[in-house]
Amino acid sequence: MSDTSAGLLQVGALIAALALCYRPLGAHMARALSSEHDLRVERLVYRLVGVDPRADQRWTVYAVSVLAFSLASVAGLYVLQRVQGGLPLSVGLTGVEPALAFNTAASFVTNTNWQAYSGETTMGHLTQMAGLAVQNFASAAVGIAVAVALVRGFTRSSTDRVGNLWVDLTRSVVRILLPLSVVAAVALILMGAVQNFSSGTDVTTLVGGHQTIPGGPVASQEAIKEIGTNGGGFYNTNSAHPFESPNPLSNFVENFLLLLVPVSFTRTFGILVGDRRQGYALLAAMGAIWASLVVAVTALEVNLKGSALQAAGAAMEGKETRFGEWASTLFAVSTTGTSAGAVDSFHSSFSGVGGGLLILNMGLGEVAPGGVGSGLYGMLILAILAVFVAGLMVGRTPEYLGKKITSREMKLVSLNVLTMPLVVLIGTAVAMSFASTRASMLSGGTPHGLSEVLYAFTSAGNNNGSAFAGLSANTTFYDTALGLAMLVGRFVPIVLVLALAGSLARQQSVPRTPGTLATHTPLFVGLLIGVTVIVAGLTFFPVLSLGPLAEGL
Amino acid sequence: MNATAAQLWAGLRMLVVMTVLVGLAYPLVLTGFAQSVVPGRADGSLLEQDGTVVGSALIGQSFTGDPAYFQSRPSAAGDGYDPLASSASNLGPESPDLLQLIAERRADAAELDGTSPAAVAPDALTASGSGLDPHISPQYAAQQVARVARERGIGEDVVRRLVEQHTTGRSFGFLGEPRVNVLELNLALDAQD
Repeated sequence: MSDTSAGLLQVGALIAALALCYRPLGAHMARALSSEHDLRVERLVYRLVGVDPRADQRWTVYAVSVLAFSLASVAGLYVLQRVQGGLPLSVGLTGVEPALAFNTAASFVTNTNWQAYSGETTMGHLTQMAGLAVQNFASAAVGIAVAVALVRGFTRSSTDRVGNLWVDLTRSVVRILLPLSVVAAVALILMGAVQNFSSGTDVTTLVGGHQTIPGGPVASQEAIKEIGTNGGGFYNTNSAHPFESPNPLSNFVENFLLLLVPVSFTRTFGILVGDRRQGYALLAAMGAIWASLVVAVTALEVNLKGSALQAAGAAMEGKETRFGEWASTLFAVSTTGTSAGAVDSFHSSFSGVGGGLLILNMGLGEVAPGGVGSGLYGMLILAILAVFVAGLMVGRTPEYLGKKITSREMKLVSLNVLTMPLVVLIGTAVAMSFASTRASMLSGGTPHGLSEVLYAFTSAGNNNGSAFAGLSANTTFYDTALGLAMLVGRFVPIVLVLALAGSLARQQSVPRTPGTLATHTPLFVGLLIGVTVIVAGLTFFPVLSLGPLAEGL
Repeated sequence: MNATAAQLWAGLRMLVVMTVLVGLAYPLVLTGFAQSVVPGRADGSLLEQDGTVVGSALIGQSFTGDPAYFQSRPSAAGDGYDPLASSASNLGPESPDLLQLIAERRADAAELDGTSPAAVAPDALTASGSGLDPHISPQYAAQQVARVARERGIGEDVVRRLVEQHTTGRSFGFLGEPRVNVLELNLALDAQD
């Protein structure tokens, strides 16, 4: 079979696998998030946490709950890293330094999983599984909760209640993320991903060298790392590491898991708003962007658009033999289109323009298909912007899903759209302004160096977590600045989205009229894609032209 | 206790409950499963030679300096294939350093294998993503057959047959790329002697 046919079949198989799960998983998630019935284990959780599951919250209380849980999480994870040396399973590692511990706590709680450390020499097994992996579940559950609260804004009317965070959180973990993770982890274990508590096996190699083969509860963490679109690898090289992803099948499964929940969540959305076509429309926009980028990035790689790619005769720098070019580019587009940031190859060595497209994919706000929960609420923000633009064209008050988009909603949407670019561009500008912070660039003085810094802040501001990893990011400046970028890039939009949910829920639903813009048609999908690309394009084109475009063209 | 403090207290308690459920119970149960069903894989697919563990089938090794062994890809993990320092080079597509490395590797590999510089396999010129890539391409393996046979004083057909035995095709015919496991191949060569 030719390389191209095999590559196209991989893409086709991925789409087919997602299509198979789309309806059942979408329906399951809709039931889980709207059911009136609590499972026994959930009732136990509510009792232990001390909350009343039937008490719906106003948006402000819901937001305070999100922030309170996240603050407790940051504090807990920070302390665990600092004291790990005195705890069991530390495999000889000492406490993590303060700036790095803050950065990592912010990173995992915000679903970013930016890693300024190398897992195998920094984090003990207990920190990994009882600290980092817990936030893999928790941050994904927060994403789902916020998304479903926004959906309630559309489905409820004349109420100030948007749901109960503790219930949404608990159900997301117990009914969605944990069962999926168990199945995925079992599959990865059978494929050969490691799962042990070894502190390392010392071996003498065939030619008399020395290796320490690391251990760890990897497969269990790998599963939720992908399913929760977290992306924080157990080891430094993430899903390129053979212990995280031993073969092409495990790579395929991990790529599938990255996309599974965000894609199926559009079905959940369609069911909850009572019109499945609305879910298809969002999915169509997400899928079109994803597919275009897969085609573009893959074409740039296999056609060797870069001096080093041509010199080597293949785009294999930073890529694993068992995956090759096609599986690596497919993974790269999937991981930058979600908030995952897991990598099976190293983006810094991709073609110049290809690397720029990966930055742009994050800069779109990660909506193709986006992170768990955050992809849906990100896309809904853009959908509201799209109906507003359409409303301006024809001079009608815009409506979406039966709710009027008034100046209050548009203010919240505009602030939301502006937050991430501000974080990214100001952060990049500050980092490029000082010789000491420029010194972290591996490719200082070249367009690629700017791309390294731009990638870092785009990744942090969008809660992605992947990197042009040549940047030496474990400095006090980058640990702090990127930590703040992650927190602002996560929680300011979340509070704005919840405010939007509250504002929408208070409204009466307006009946459809013949003049109402249909938001399930190809026309609207085209408009939505246009708005998505134009907003991000206008924001990021200038800086992309100085970095990746200058390098690649 | 005011409302915000109550939320913080609930948040802290939720964190503890989740830690017990998904931070302890979940990985422990899966480790129990892995260790009872596929202990060899769960422990990292370790390989033995004469009863001694010499490495992992999933973690590449450096064979630099011993031409009787098949050589692995270049590695950016520490001094090369250091499993505690997994890393890619992260050098960019226009990096002068990377271009120079590729030129040097091409010249070295061509000299070692007695082949024309233009014929050197791309994976012999590029560092992998993990720096621990256990595989090389069938093309790079074929390039090394004559040298290994000569160094070991065995027939090229014997070596070629071993390469074939340690070559894995694409999964289901289309996933990933064909590849040769270097450590397993070299262990098989040693077992021949």
